[in-house]
Amino acid sequence: MTSPDDKPHLPAPTLWPLGFAAGIACLLVGLVVSELVAIIGGALAVVFGFLWIRDVTRGITAEPAHVEPERRRGAATARARADVTPPAYEEEEEAAYPRSTFLAVTTLGLGAVIGGVITAPVLGFAVLPSFTNQPDQDVELGPLEDFPEGQFVIATYLEQPEVGEVSRRTVFVRNNGLLEDQPSFTVIFSRCVHLGCPVQPNGPIDEESRKTVGEHNVLLTQAQPVGFGCPCHGGQYDTEGNRTAGPPVRALDRAEFRIRDGRLWLGSFYSVGEVEGSGAQARIKKYGRAAPGVHVDGISSWLYPIEVP
Amino acid sequence: MATAPPKKRKKSARRQQLEFVALYPVDWLDERSGLVRWVKHFLFRKVPRDIGWYHTLGSATLTAFIMQAITGVILAFYYKPDPDSAYESIQHITNDLTLGWLVRGMHKWGASVFIILMFFHAARVFLFGAYKYPRELNWIVGVLLLVLGMLEGFTGYLLPWDQTAYWATVVGINLNATAPFLGPFLAQFLQGGDAIGRNTLSMFYSLHMLLIPGAIIALILLHLHLVIRLGVVANPWTPEPGDGDKAAAAPPGGRAGLLRPGRRGPPTRGNGA
Repeated sequence: MTSPDDKPHLPAPTLWPLGFAAGIACLLVGLVVSELVAIIGGALAVVFGFLWIRDVTRGITAEPAHVEPERRRGAATARARADVTPPAYEEEEEAAYPRSTFLAVTTLGLGAVIGGVITAPVLGFAVLPSFTNQPDQDVELGPLEDFPEGQFVIATYLEQPEVGEVSRRTVFVRNNGLLEDQPSFTVIFSRCVHLGCPVQPNGPIDEESRKTVGEHNVLLTQAQPVGFGCPCHGGQYDTEGNRTAGPPVRALDRAEFRIRDGRLWLGSFYSVGEVEGSGAQARIKKYGRAAPGVHVDGISSWLYPIEVP
Repeated sequence: MATAPPKKRKKSARRQQLEFVALYPVDWLDERSGLVRWVKHFLFRKVPRDIGWYHTLGSATLTAFIMQAITGVILAFYYKPDPDSAYESIQHITNDLTLGWLVRGMHKWGASVFIILMFFHAARVFLFGAYKYPRELNWIVGVLLLVLGMLEGFTGYLLPWDQTAYWATVVGINLNATAPFLGPFLAQFLQGGDAIGRNTLSMFYSLHMLLIPGAIIALILLHLHLVIRLGVVANPWTPEPGDGDKAAAAPPGGRAGLLRPGRRGPPTRGNGA
């Protein structure tokens, strides 16, 4: 070792600035988020700042500590592999971790961290709104007298009146009469479970019976369908929504219902594998709501293991 | 009347002055950027001797894309991506604005022209074997461009916001939903919710005029860079190399590119390899 006096006093390598920086960052975030975080951040900054200053000033205040130079980990094994005594100068080269490499790696790493921190919320904002806070439909379809027993009524309504006609949906509602003293309704959603086109009732529609009810701009029209058919690709369904022909992969989706103060309310939609029986006696294989074209039962449903929230 | 050959005629002083004035800004630009040299290099590169009209399909496709970009920008002046006003704004463009019908028609029919030209261009490249080493990467970039072009078609189709647009997009999105595993998630993402609504329209508008065109432009630049770097392939029936690099000439009588399967030579420029 040469005497420390023939070189300028350089500060010894230290990691304290990292903690200091983290403390400052914590302090700044805390100013926005919460006081507690700010206090913790401030404390961290003070502590690490003190340690940093102590390290930096060690050369002035005390005898410089002897710091063993860092060695690259692979160096020893590499020498062993080489099987020859390395020339003397090589050891000196390997002993130093080049400043340029350190700076390059630090810059790239910091760039990656900054890029990630910026990208994550942006990506989240791009994707998450499609899956969160989806509107719950709570639509009043009208008084029970408007749904004569054993008869289908086409009910179209605005799912979100503030959005307008683009949110207009159609359900086919049939009053099944009473089942064990409880009213029973069949509520079939009009979207084809092949690719989502609107199925139409196969049968006469009584246009003159059309009436408008409630704030969701509900249109009620009576019809006598013997089934439902899709104009797009020819899917056909019976009056329970079971597929009878064409490409659909399951029975038509249905909706739950509630009765409040003598009026029929639409609940949430669910998907149906198959319906056995009919009317009030129907036994429905019920699944979480799936997109059109998605199998909900059978081996093919294994292709869709994760349900969309 | 005997005239001197034009080569030996001396330029008049006035002509020299004029040339100096005209070329000064060009020189100024080139000295500082190299742009003029670059453009010359791009426009006046060597190509095989017997290329024909079918080699212009790529440029035609590029022209179609530029037309789409220009007409699209103009349409965006007047289009309103909102469920309440999208359809009306399209009617306004078509019926009320001067020459609006023309610009909208160019954009609508130009979309089909762009897709069709891409297919013709790809067919030409395929049939001529121009996708072979070292140009495979350019084929891959071209396929990505084809996919992005069709995505442009898909997202643009919704924007008129009429019944055709709506139900075609319903079907298109639900087709995506049938893909295994992540299909339903993709569909819900594309809808911007659990059903098509106002989010879908603005999302498709954004994708249609910002994200996808940006990606297309970037890939076109890469595509062109590779074309310039690797040169144009001679016709497969050409018995002799083009008048490019003589050192890498194919054997006489051989059909360039077909005769030497498996040979991995260095990338060559503007010849028949």
